[in-house]
Amino acid sequence: MSRFDAAPSAVPAADLAPLAARLLPWVLLGLLAAFPLLAPVFGLEYWLGFVRRLLIVMIAAASLNFLLGYGGMAALGHAGVIGVGAYTVVALVDAGVGSAWLAWGAALAVSALAAAAIGALSLRTRGVYFLMITLAFAQMLYYLAVSLSTYGGDDGYGLYTPLALGAGVDTGDEAVFFWVVLAIAAAVFALFSRVAASRFGHALMGIRDNETRMSALGYPVFRLKLAAFAGAGALAGLAGALLASHNAFVSPSLMHWTESATLLVMVVLGGLGRRWGAPLGVAVWLVLAELLKLHTEYWHGPLGLLLIAVVFLAPRGLAGLLARRRRTA
Amino acid sequence: MDSIFVLEQLLNGLGYGLMLFLLAAGLSLVFGIMDTMNLAHGSLYMAGAYLAAQAHAAGAGFATAVLAAVAVTVAIAFLLELAIVRRLYARDHLAQVIATFGIILIADDVVKAIWGPSPVMAAMPAALAGPVQLLPELPYPAYRLLLIGVGLVVALGLYLLVSHTRIGMLVRAGASNRGMAELMGVRVGRVFSFVFVLGAALAALAGALMGPISAVQIGMGEAILIPALVVIVIGGIGSVRGAFVAALLVGLVDTAGRAFLPPALRAVLPPALAAELGAALAGIAMYVLMAAVLILKPAGLFPARG
Repeated sequence: MSRFDAAPSAVPAADLAPLAARLLPWVLLGLLAAFPLLAPVFGLEYWLGFVRRLLIVMIAAASLNFLLGYGGMAALGHAGVIGVGAYTVVALVDAGVGSAWLAWGAALAVSALAAAAIGALSLRTRGVYFLMITLAFAQMLYYLAVSLSTYGGDDGYGLYTPLALGAGVDTGDEAVFFWVVLAIAAAVFALFSRVAASRFGHALMGIRDNETRMSALGYPVFRLKLAAFAGAGALAGLAGALLASHNAFVSPSLMHWTESATLLVMVVLGGLGRRWGAPLGVAVWLVLAELLKLHTEYWHGPLGLLLIAVVFLAPRGLAGLLARRRRTA
Repeated sequence: MDSIFVLEQLLNGLGYGLMLFLLAAGLSLVFGIMDTMNLAHGSLYMAGAYLAAQAHAAGAGFATAVLAAVAVTVAIAFLLELAIVRRLYARDHLAQVIATFGIILIADDVVKAIWGPSPVMAAMPAALAGPVQLLPELPYPAYRLLLIGVGLVVALGLYLLVSHTRIGMLVRAGASNRGMAELMGVRVGRVFSFVFVLGAALAALAGALMGPISAVQIGMGEAILIPALVVIVIGGIGSVRGAFVAALLVGLVDTAGRAFLPPALRAVLPPALAAELGAALAGIAMYVLMAAVLILKPAGLFPARG
C-alpha cells in the first residue's frame, strides 16, 4: 500500500526508504553470515549457539505465521509437529543413519504426512475448537514420545555423533552448522514470502477473510487449507530436526503445549501475517528472555507485561508498529 | 481387578470430574457470554490453592481458610477484570490469549516472590484425614468424599442459579445471543463482571480444595487449565450443563484410563510393551475423547449457540 502512496510524489528522499527496505534483508543476511567469523574476535562465542537457535525457532515461527497470519488457522499444536521432525531424526540416528541431509529430508517428509493426517481431521472445526483439537493431537504425540522407552521416554535421547553434512564436515562444526542453518532459514523465509505472493497464497488469504465466498467462487477450500497445513507442518518438522542436531538431544519437553503457546505468542508479538513479524517476534522474545535470565530469576513477569503492553498498545504486533511509524514519518 | 477397586476408581474419577467442573463452569461461562478466552483462569485456581494453604497454616480452620481464599481471589479477580480483562472483551481471541498468557507469566512470578519457587505443603484438615468405611471392604478417604459432596452441592447451586433465577436468565440470554440481550435492555457489562467474579470464586474453591491432595506449586494452574479447556470444548462452549456432563466424562475417562488400561493391556500383551503402551494411552485418553467428539460434533456435545 505504501508503494502506491509514495508513487505520485517521487522525491528522491521517498525513493531511498524502499531501497533501504529492499537492501535490509541482504545486509542482515550478510551480517549473520559474517557472525561466526566475527564472534571469536569480540568474545561472543556463547552467542553463536544462541543465534543459531534463534534462526531455527524463526523457521518454526515463520511456518506458524504462514498458517495463522495468511491462512487464518490458529493452531496450538505446532510443537507436536516440531517434535515429529525431531523424533524422526532420533529414529534414523538410532537406526544408524549418519547423513544430515537424509535425516532432515526424512523429517520434512514424515512431519508433512503427520500434519496432513492431523489437518484432515482437525480442519472440520473452526476457531477455538480448531485451536483445541490441534492441541489435542499435539498432546497425543507428547504422551507417545513419553512412552517411547526405545528413545529414552521422558529422559530424552542424546544424539552423541553429529550428523554428516558432506565434504568431511558435520553438525559438530559450530560455524559450518551455523551457515547451514542460516542458509536453510533464508531459503524457508524466501519460500514463504514467495508463496504468500503466489496464487495459492492469495487464495489462502481469501479463505481467511471469507471462506464462504471463496467456496462459492469455486476454490477447493478444504484442499487448499489442508495443503497449507501440511506444508507449514513440513517446515515446522524441519525446524524440529535442526533443533535436534543443535541441542544434540531430543526429549518430549520439546513437544509440551507451552512450547506451542510460546511460539504462538512470539508470532503475534512480532505481527501476524507480516513478512517480518515472525523473525522479529522470535528475536525480541528470545533475546529479552536470555538477557532477563542473566540478571534475575523473575524473568517471566517482565515478559508478561510486554505481552499485555503489546496487546493494548500495538495490536498489530511490533512489525505493525514499525510499519505505521514509517508511514506516518 | 475386583469390583471394590473399580468402585474406588469411579469415586476418584467422580471427585476429579467435579473439581474440573468447578473450573470449567467459570471458564465456559466467561467464554460463552463474553466470547473471551481467559487462560489466566488457571492462575486464579493457583491463587485459591496458595491462599487457602497459607491461611490454614496460619491457624485458621479449614473451612475459614477456604472461604478466605475464595474471598481474596474474588477481590483479585475483580481488580483484574477492571484493569485488564474488561478491555479485552471486544478484541479477537488471539489478543485475549496473548494478554491472559501475559497474566499467567506475571502471576507465576508474583507467587514465586511471595511463597518461593518450591511447592507449598497444604495440610488436610485433621478431622477428615482418615478413611470412611463406605462398604465393609471399601474404606474411602473422608477428604475425597468432602470433595465429591462440595462439588455436587456447588453444581446444584449453579444449576439453580443459572436456570431458575433472574440473574441466571440474563446470563443465559447473554450466552445464547449477546447482541439481542443488549437490545432487550440487559446491562451486559454488569452481567459480564458478575460472571467473571463468579468464575473466579469457583476456580479458587477448586484450587483451595485440591490443594491438600495435589501439589501446591507454580505451574499448577497451567497443568489444570488444559483438562478444563478440554472439558468446555467437549461440553460445548458456554453451556453449564455441557460442562457438567463433560467434566464427569473427562474425570472418569482420565481416572479409568490410568487405573484400568495398564492391567487390561498386561492381560493381552507382553509386560514391557503393555507398560509402555498403557502409560501412553492413559495420558492421551482424554484427548482422544475430545478429538472424537469434535470430529463427530464440531461444536461440542451441548452447543450453547445455535
